[in-house]
Amino acid sequence: MKPEPVLYEINATQNRLLNFGELWRYRELFYFFTWRDIKVKYKQTVLGFLWAILQPLLMMLIFTFFFSRTLNIQHLTIPYPVFVFSGLILWNFFSSALTNASNSMVNNAPIIKKIYFPRLIIPVSSILGAFFDFIMAFILFFFILLYYQVSPELSAILLWPLALLVTAVASLGLGSWLSALNVKYRDFRYVIPFLVQILFFVTPIIYPASLIEQEWIRYIVALSPMYAAIEFFRIPLSTTSANTLMLTLSLSSSIIFLFVGLIYFRRTEDFFADLA
Amino acid sequence: MKPILDVQRIGKRYNIAHQSGNYLSMRERIGQLFAHGKTTNEEFWALENVSFSVMPGESIGIIGRNGAGKSTLLKILSKITPPTTGKIISRGRIASLLEVGTGFHTELSGRENIFFNGSLLGMKHAEIKAKFDEIVDFSGVEKFLDTPLKHYSSGMQLRLAFAVAAFLEPEILIIDEVLAVGDAEFQKKCMGKMEDVSKSGRTILFVSHNLNAVEKLCHRGILLDRGTIKEISSTQHVLQQYQKLIGVNSSEHFTRLNSVKEPLFFNKISLRLLGTQPLLKLELSIELISNQNHNSAFIAFDVSDSSFNTFMQAIPNYSPFISDSKNSKKLIAEIELPPLVPGKYYVSAWIGPHNTITFDYLPEVVSFEVLNSPTPNRTFPHTPDHGMIVPNSRIMEIGVSELE
Repeated sequence: MKPEPVLYEINATQNRLLNFGELWRYRELFYFFTWRDIKVKYKQTVLGFLWAILQPLLMMLIFTFFFSRTLNIQHLTIPYPVFVFSGLILWNFFSSALTNASNSMVNNAPIIKKIYFPRLIIPVSSILGAFFDFIMAFILFFFILLYYQVSPELSAILLWPLALLVTAVASLGLGSWLSALNVKYRDFRYVIPFLVQILFFVTPIIYPASLIEQEWIRYIVALSPMYAAIEFFRIPLSTTSANTLMLTLSLSSSIIFLFVGLIYFRRTEDFFADLA
Repeated sequence: MKPILDVQRIGKRYNIAHQSGNYLSMRERIGQLFAHGKTTNEEFWALENVSFSVMPGESIGIIGRNGAGKSTLLKILSKITPPTTGKIISRGRIASLLEVGTGFHTELSGRENIFFNGSLLGMKHAEIKAKFDEIVDFSGVEKFLDTPLKHYSSGMQLRLAFAVAAFLEPEILIIDEVLAVGDAEFQKKCMGKMEDVSKSGRTILFVSHNLNAVEKLCHRGILLDRGTIKEISSTQHVLQQYQKLIGVNSSEHFTRLNSVKEPLFFNKISLRLLGTQPLLKLELSIELISNQNHNSAFIAFDVSDSSFNTFMQAIPNYSPFISDSKNSKKLIAEIELPPLVPGKYYVSAWIGPHNTITFDYLPEVVSFEVLNSPTPNRTFPHTPDHGMIVPNSRIMEIGVSELE
């Protein structure tokens, strides 16, 4: 039996839509890029995967030590370390996914110039790599919950995966956009750490949103794509209810970023090899 | 039978607006906004109106000088960059090998790199697993499979890289200059493997400066010059055309026309062929110019045959003898030639302070032609298959004994 001949055209006119069929044919590359990134990250480190746990743990200790009193947080129904860690593990997932994805195209330029495959695999794999670290930190999170004797509500089964999905969508949208921009304008190399830093303080991670007194500022804060993700994650942990309007705002913002990011990425993808 | 690859009027335009770098910075872009389109956009067609078709099982060699558009053509065929005009219809899976070891990571082990690189080249995980032992065997690095690549010698990295690529099984294989690297033994092994691939009925597009390799591997040739096709026909004929094209630019005299920043460079080289076979001698008159202070330097000459295979090197003085002086200097170099087969030869000139540091290098800068055979009593012609040098040889009878 002879295999069906593959017939395709290489044209000047480009396809502006995502080619899911092609992404599926190249599915193994997602795995290989993710696997390489994780392997390389922990090569020649003594602690290896432990770093994925140590980073959020140390951050939690620092924030607990310095901010739990100074921020004057009273509305919390859960201990501050649990509160801050629940925000930090998601945030760390987002920030490393975003940073890695944004730099991924430039970092893989030598490959892009020599071999064809759907370029979207590169930023997506960076996000998958960051997800691996998240799983490590999540295991630790269970022990923290046990230690502080906080039991999440049953809704966690639904809301936690949802929170993860929102984080993935937010980092993919912004990440693919920034990665494409970074190929064209290397200025973004300097913009990205700055952007991540600002988002960190703007998003209610180390403080509850209720701490913000002016209402209009709260709505601006809700524009951060990560606001919804972190709220979803925290709902099963505390009794405070979330603001539906703010959640909608935040979700819309991540969906808009996803579309803008993917469309911009597709439009510039063909010329990465010429620019990189 | 339909062609497996149909290239129709392909063109590729580049805008060379930013000489400072190949990527834009925001400042430049913002600057442009206020400049009201004053930017000078220079258009450059790397390829224009290129059409050809390839039948299944054919091997085609693509040759041309540097900057003729060979790499651009391969990039378009490999889908790395889109053409500006025209289209290509492909009826098979294309795998391209524009570089050996793409995506090799020095922190990963040999085993890990085989999997990552293989997968990048389009192999399935199961496929790599099935061929893993063969790949390792071909590369000859069994002992170091679990050692990080950074501890490999460059030769070992290369062997591993080629081994992975050698086991690709696409319908159309695109190869760029991969044989230009590695030691002679390894190159021979690669050539053997490539001949197997071409005999197995796969279609090959092969770009190389190694004309011998092109001649061996390819049925047909395409000669590119300044972005257009000069000639498509049998390999033999295309190679002759190519040599004609090059020949125009190489003669017995070289004078530099452009300015260079190098501290020390060749300004003029003139060649004279003296003596008669088999005692030929090259006399090279050289004018050197020094721009600035530099370390003492020495000179080397490579001699290559008409296929640009270098087969010998002459270094008149191994200690750096050209001392620092900011002016021009005239030298004469004499090279005693071994008994050479008739044909055209090229001389490349190099100057530098150390074998790893180059001030100036002029590949195939001057040429000379040997007309007579070094062995006058030879009645049959010389062929390049048996090398360029006819060493002096003699035979002696040391006794006769009768067979029982």
